[in-house]
Formats: sequence, C-alpha cells, structure tokens
Amino acid sequence: MYGEEPLFGLLNRIGTPVEGHRPWPRYRLGRDGWLRLIEGLAGNGWSLLGLWGEPKAVHAAFREDFSGDVAVVSLDCPQGRFPSLSAVRPAANRLERAAHDLYGLVAERTTDPRPWLDHDAWGVRRPLSEQPAAPVPSPGPYTFLPVEGEGLHQIPVGPVHAGIIEPGHFRFTANGETVVRLEERLGYVHRGVEGLMQGRPVAETARLAARISGDATVAHSLAFARAVEAALGVEVPARAVWLRALMAELERIANHLGDIGAICNDAAFAFMLAQTSQLRERVLRTADACFGHRLMMDRVIPGGVATDLPERGAGLLLELVAELRKRFPPLVAVYDGKASLQDRTVTTGFVSAELVTRFGAGGHVGRASGRDQDARRSPGYAPYDELNFEVPVLTEGDVNARVWVRIREVEQSLSLIEQIVTRLPAISRGLDHPSVPLEAGRGGEGMALVESFRGEILTWVRLDGEGMVARCHPRDPSWFQWPLLEAAIGGNIVADFPLCNKSFNCSYAGHDL
Amino acid sequence: MLKHILTSLTGGPVTEAAPAPADAALAELAGQLDKAAKVRLGRSLSIREVDAGSCNGCELEIHALNNPIYDLERFGIRFVASPRHADVLLVTGPVARNMREALIRTWDATPGPKWLVACGDCAVSGGLFAGGYACVGPVEEVLPVDLRIPGCPPRPADLLAGLLALLETSAGR
Ligand code: SF4
Repeated sequence: MYGEEPLFGLLNRIGTPVEGHRPWPRYRLGRDGWLRLIEGLAGNGWSLLGLWGEPKAVHAAFREDFSGDVAVVSLDCPQGRFPSLSAVRPAANRLERAAHDLYGLVAERTTDPRPWLDHDAWGVRRPLSEQPAAPVPSPGPYTFLPVEGEGLHQIPVGPVHAGIIEPGHFRFTANGETVVRLEERLGYVHRGVEGLMQGRPVAETARLAARISGDATVAHSLAFARAVEAALGVEVPARAVWLRALMAELERIANHLGDIGAICNDAAFAFMLAQTSQLRERVLRTADACFGHRLMMDRVIPGGVATDLPERGAGLLLELVAELRKRFPPLVAVYDGKASLQDRTVTTGFVSAELVTRFGAGGHVGRASGRDQDARRSPGYAPYDELNFEVPVLTEGDVNARVWVRIREVEQSLSLIEQIVTRLPAISRGLDHPSVPLEAGRGGEGMALVESFRGEILTWVRLDGEGMVARCHPRDPSWFQWPLLEAAIGGNIVADFPLCNKSFNCSYAGHDL
Repeated sequence: MLKHILTSLTGGPVTEAAPAPADAALAELAGQLDKAAKVRLGRSLSIREVDAGSCNGCELEIHALNNPIYDLERFGIRFVASPRHADVLLVTGPVARNMREALIRTWDATPGPKWLVACGDCAVSGGLFAGGYACVGPVEEVLPVDLRIPGCPPRPADLLAGLLALLETSAGR
C-alpha cells in the first residue's frame, strides 16, 4: 500500500525475531532500529495496536491495515528511556504516560510528558518498576492545557458525575454555550490490574481479566484466554469456541440495546430507554438461564468455557432471537421517524475519517466514521470464519451514525446467535466438559485481538517457566476512542456533551485499569 | 409511535412483584437507624451512586433497577444527581486510591441523616483488588457502612431486597 515497505520487510531488516511469541511475530529492536521504525511510521499507514511497558523494556504492536499483518516490536531500555512514538502516532501518548507512571519509563521527545494514571494518591511512584520510589512530598495540582482567548470560561465536571456512571474529570472551555475545547483527565478508577496480575496463576488472573470492564467481561475474558492459549499452543474444544462466540454476541446485543436507549434518553426521549432496557433485561435473563450469570462473568476461561449450554438453552436462545426480531424493528422505526430526536443526533459530535484512522479507533466510533475494521474478520478468529455476517460501516461520523452502527450490529448479532445455536458442535469425544486443562509448568508469550462490543481488545501475556503470569497487558478499545471524544465535542454546545459521550460509551475502568 | 403507546396502555404493566426485603440485611440494619431520622424520611429514599473504582458491572445492575421491570421508583426510592439531595450513598468498587478523596468529599456533601450502602463484593471486602498499591479495599476502611449487599455484581433482585430493607428499617419504627 502507498508503495511503502511492507511491515515484515522493515522489521526483518531492523530487528531480530524473538522465539516463542505466538501467533504473530515479535521483533527485538535496538535503539537505532526503533528510530528507523519511527521514521517509517511517519510515512506509512500502520495502525498502532498497543504500547506497554515492563521494568526494562517497552513493547508496541502494529497492524498493516491493508495486508492485515500484525507484529510486536520491543526495545530494551536499560536506562529506562525510549524514543517516543507520540509525534508519529498521537494515540501512543497516553499509553506512554501510563508506562511512565507504572514502570518509570521515560518517553524521550514526547508530545506531552504529564502524568496520566498517577494522581499522587498511591503512596508510591512507579509501583511496577524494579525500584518503586517514595511519593512526591507535596504534589502540585495537575496542569491542564492552557486555553486563551476572549470571553472563554471553564466548566470543570467530575470525577463524580450526575448519574450512575463511572468517574472521570472533564474540563470544558466554552464560549457561551459552545465548547471550544474539552480536556479529559482519567485514571480515577485505576485499580492496579496489571500489577495484581503479575506473578499469579492463570486461573486467578482470568478472574481479574473478567473484571477489567464489567460490560465487556466476556470479551476481555476471551482476549485473555486466547492470549494464554496462544502462548501455550493450546487448542480448545470446538464446542467451547462456538459457545464463546455465542456469549460474545449476547454481550454485544445487551450493551448495544442499553446504549441505544441511553443515547435517546440523553436526547430527552425516555420512551426508547424504557423499551430497550426491557429488551436488554430479556437478553440478560436468557444469559443467566443459559450460563448462570447475567453478565456471563467468569464463563470464558483459558482452556475453554466454565459452563456448558444446558439442554433447554438452544430453545431459549432461539426464542430470544425471535422475540427481539419482533420487538426491535418497531423501535428502530420510531427512532428513524422522530424528527425531534434526529434533530439532536444528526451532525452532532462529528468525528472525521482522518481522525479515526490516525488514532486507530475501532468499534462503533471507527465504523461510524468509515473505518472498516473488525477483529472478528481481520485478523479473524474461530468460529467467525465459518459464520455469515456483515460489518456495518457508515461515513457520517456523527451521533446518529454511531446509533445506526449499533442498530445494524444488533441485527447481525441476532443472526450470528441463530447460526451458532443451530450449528453448535457436539462435545468432543472423551471430554465431559467443553474445556481442556492447561499443561502446568510451561511458559511462552501470546497475544490476542478480540472484538468486544466497544471495539478491538488487545491482550498480551507472558507466562514464566512455572506457568505463572509474568506480565499481562490488556489494552481496552477505549484508549483509542477517548481522545476522539475531545475532538467530537468541539464546536458543539455543552448540553450535547452527554449525548456525544453516550454515543462513544468509552470504558473508564477498562482504560484506567 | 402511537401504536407503541396504545400497546403500553392496554398491555398491563411489565413490572414484577418485589422480592421480600432481605432478612440478613434487615438484621444488619436493625438498631442502626435513629428514630428521628425515620420520622423525617418516611417511606422515601434518595440515593446517590458513587463509583469508587468499580469495573462497571455493579453499575449495569444498578441501572437495571430503573428499568420498567424492576421499577425502583414505585417504592419511593430514586436516584438523584447530587449528593446534596441524597439520603443514601450507594458505593461500588474497592475504593481506588485515586477516588478516595472524591468519595469522602461526596459523603461530606451529603446532608444528615444519611446512610452508606456498600454494593458488590469489591465495596464489601475489596474483592480481588484488595492488597494492591492502588486500592484501599473495603469501603468501611474509609467511611462508616450501614448496609452491605454482596455479589459480583449483586443481582437486581438482591439490590432491590437490600434497598427495601433499608427503607423498611428507616420507616418502620
Ligand atoms: S463487585 Fe464485581 S461487578 Fe461489582 S465492581 Fe467489583 S468486580 Fe465489578
């Protein structure tokens, strides 16, 4: 593409492949190689998939969107410093700041060196580095970016918001009603997930992965499980593979239904929320009846699934699909036909195609702005290669488009559930449960890309020789969506912020970790 | 749209009968509430929810309480936007240290008489997050807790039972 050197071409020249990293290659670069990579990134379209630290190393993952090739690059930083990617990949900035706050790694020539997750409240600095440091004795306040101009005023909002939502701080600079700039400050729900995962057995770590972001518990569990299985070269039973997809699609529908209603509710159209929340409840109850948990938490585990579908499950699921197919379209017609509602959602919170590409934003945020990317299709994973589905993509980039992407995805997921239920493979011979035990005492490195309802999750894991988790980095899709919310609200009125925010529905917990 | 309104009007309510107030919760609350407060509150409670480091799973189920099937408001219990309007803080999460101050300030902004409910395993015990550098652990290490609703996340029915118990106790005597 663009006549540039292919991903693997460049990496083979500037780096050396690391053994035992699956399923995609990992390259160790020297400092020169890393600088060459930055040079290359300035002129090519490779998407940044993630960036994470270790006490003496930094890793980044990329995808060449055209070919779908994926690779991880690593740089040892014995001095705790590495050249920043933020100038060529702005989405790297917050990840680098997180790596700094947790591991003490300094990004040289960064576009923004301020702390991100560290709010001077932990009682320790760089807690995951080899030498954690004492806290700053009397920390000053966080500095927000300066905004200058006539007639501007600031509105600070949060961290505690006026609703049942997660905490974060938004600093609006407005000119009258119009937002001139929004600056986010996140990290309030940092629970130290990556630190807690370190040194734990896989099964315990899986429970943490399930609680990274409760609304995407299935997807995060799946990403963790797939990364571990890649590291160990484990093949899970076919029935488990299909049941995982079943749960993932139920999760997608439940969240989209909730979001569609909540977005309309924020446009003062409460009817829709009252309706879709009933449908959502219907999905959760079916999930509960089939898998014993309304959100299906801890049901996807490394090696397979924790609960098999009960005998009556297939019937319940097909009933659910039939009922939603009956009750959902009339609601869509209401949404489509309400001029007062469209007045709020059409053209509001616009994000350009250029911006979603530059930040590599996925999910409904990317696909409503023309970025045709879905991890279920590229890189793709089983059983989706055997299922028929479309990935809806729109180009308008506004709140309305993000609603429509969700509507279309609900329809697609209903079809997927139907296909899965009718074609679900029987349990493999010799197994009494759709899971296989993980062989103890083996190590390896693995990575997984999984499409949550919100977009693509990357999870990277290294297991040590005893099979314990040496390092795990789960990168929620929100990392690449939050920065775009700042852009989406610019030029809109303050009162439209809840609407824009809901239409993104980024995760705070998944981002803050 | 008209059709929807007609169906809603003729179809009867979708709301389900309430669960019995949780016995354990009633027992926990007995004796904790002061008489004057009960008289003042009558049979209504205003709740301010505070996420102090939740994974958002608890929030999803708290949201469900507002759907027409559980319809929390029929009991006189409602969620309010400001702690200044609240009688109860419903706290989730293992108190992320980055949220500790905001939680305390929210509690301080809530006028008395007031109660604090710890919702979910994280808020009750710190859950899987206790012991790390980033979380304090159970909410009771930061603020006095009047009622604990365990679960990960608690089911809406459990939340409802717990909150009804709070209501009964606060109005009962
Ligand atoms: S109790 Fe469970 S659902 Fe609730 S915040 Fe904690 S981990 Fe999430």
